[in-house]
Amino acid sequence: MNNFHYERVTDVDTAVAAATGAGNSYLGGGTNLIDLWKYDLAHPEKLVDLNGIDELKEVTELPDGGLRLGALVTNNKTAYHPTVQERYPLLSRTILAGATPQIRNAATNGGNLLQRTRCYYFYDAASPCNKRVPGSGCPAREGHNRLHAILGHSEACIATMPSDMCVALAALEATVRVRGPQGERHIPFADFHRLPGEKPELDNTLGEDELILSIDLPARGFADHHTYLKLRDRHSYAFAVVSVALGYELDGEGKITTARIALGGVAHKPWRVPAAEELLVGQAPSEDQFARAADALLEGASGFKHNTFKIDLAHRAIIRAGAMAHDPSCQRPGAKPSL
Amino acid sequence: MSSPHQIQLTVNGKTQQLSVRPWVSLLDALRHHLHLHGTKKGCDHGQCGACTVICDGERVLSCLNLAVMKDGSEITTIEGLGQPGNLHPLQEAFLEHDAYQCGYCTPGQICSGVALIEEGHATTREEVKELMSGNLCRCGANTNIIDAIMAVKDGAHE
Ligand SMILES: Cc1cc2nc3c(=O)[nH]c(=O)nc-3n(C[C@H](O)[C@H](O)[C@H](O)COP(=O)(O)OP(=O)(O)OC[C@H]3O[C@@H](n4cnc5c(N)ncnc54)[C@H](O)[C@@H]3O)c2cc1C
Repeated sequence: MNNFHYERVTDVDTAVAAATGAGNSYLGGGTNLIDLWKYDLAHPEKLVDLNGIDELKEVTELPDGGLRLGALVTNNKTAYHPTVQERYPLLSRTILAGATPQIRNAATNGGNLLQRTRCYYFYDAASPCNKRVPGSGCPAREGHNRLHAILGHSEACIATMPSDMCVALAALEATVRVRGPQGERHIPFADFHRLPGEKPELDNTLGEDELILSIDLPARGFADHHTYLKLRDRHSYAFAVVSVALGYELDGEGKITTARIALGGVAHKPWRVPAAEELLVGQAPSEDQFARAADALLEGASGFKHNTFKIDLAHRAIIRAGAMAHDPSCQRPGAKPSL
Repeated sequence: MSSPHQIQLTVNGKTQQLSVRPWVSLLDALRHHLHLHGTKKGCDHGQCGACTVICDGERVLSCLNLAVMKDGSEITTIEGLGQPGNLHPLQEAFLEHDAYQCGYCTPGQICSGVALIEEGHATTREEVKELMSGNLCRCGANTNIIDAIMAVKDGAHE
């Protein structure tokens, strides 16, 4: 554990200027960064505390009918925000399926997007890990790999992105608004996280000193038909082994007009295959239709010694999520996934 | 080495000035600087909930917060909830329901439970269990802990 400097900022420009420079890190809730620092895995020179930036602590309506979630709004405030609960209940339920009330009270929306993998070897400073020390190797391939990827993994890395919230944001097609020394840009959620390829040290496409300003949700929230099904090794307070965020809209005849399916716990990013969603359009929701979509979503999946079961598990989870989404009223936070 | 920061914390109603280095956790500030030993250090990694305190009305983990981040905040620890002779209803309920064995997780459990009741998001027992999942009890008093919280939540203890 190294010593570091600390600076609290109150506006975006000062934040970006303060963070510019090697070893400087933004600080949101600190629930991931301070933990990694305690494990001697993160070594910040200076922490730039963003919690004083009031303009990033707001949830605001957007002119296109969407909703802007400030990067410094906490995960709990977002989940319990009346507009989020009413128009984006999928997001609310997904956030509440992750971590604990104490962690969600500190964790920020921006920080949630940037949380690092929970791969055991990444967390063990004594192990090689291509994500932590590029080129050092990946013991997870032959080792304990229950939580690891079945899709999109590379020779160099089989880690998964652990966030629940990001799985719902992928399904909702959110946009991440960021500002850096070069100005502001908007990143579609599908392009925010990346596959490991030969550069597993990069989790996402955010630039070096770029600051996340907000997560912008489009108007479509799938409030009528959605679910977040999280399967984990204990009933509460554990990372997903497999999770599914699913939403669809129906026309007057009960046929699907738009569908979204994103998987968590299976890849280095939330896993979406738009072609699989297209298969559902024009169909009435049924076990068979969701099974077809699941086939397409999981095409090319391959597992390792301790996680091959996740291919079957994910397939069944998608079918089940499809059934659960029909009547979201039976999905209280904390409810058992059995309906 | 970074110079100390002068911060102000109002802890259990008493406003105090502290001089802390940036890397001092809120937990260590409470225990080592203010000598409030009720708040416990369990895992020190945000996993067990033993260090839960109420900060500006919300339950947080004092181990994953730096003290400097909480400059100007109001904090309630187990000592501030109640004292012998004048216990908080949830402290009374923990006694009545036998909601602890070794007692190490108890201050965090009680701070968490008090905040849970205040938040008002949990109605059913199942929901209370879910929203108490961040406080681990390795002795296994969980059933009685939930009993105690349900009793206070439903007004059995005023
Ligand atoms: C015990 C435990 C259990 C957990 N369980 C779950 C779970 O089940 N599901 C789940 O999804 N998550 C879980 N989490 C993870 C938790 O959700 C994350 O730690 C949290 O969302 C991170 O947010 P933060 O604000 O605390 O980030 P920080 O720790 O402050 O920051 C994380 C990273 O983001 C950067 N950063 C922060 N804000 C910004 C910004 N605005 N712009 C640019 N960079 C920024 C920081 O520099 C840092 O690199 C768990 C965490 C713990 C400790």
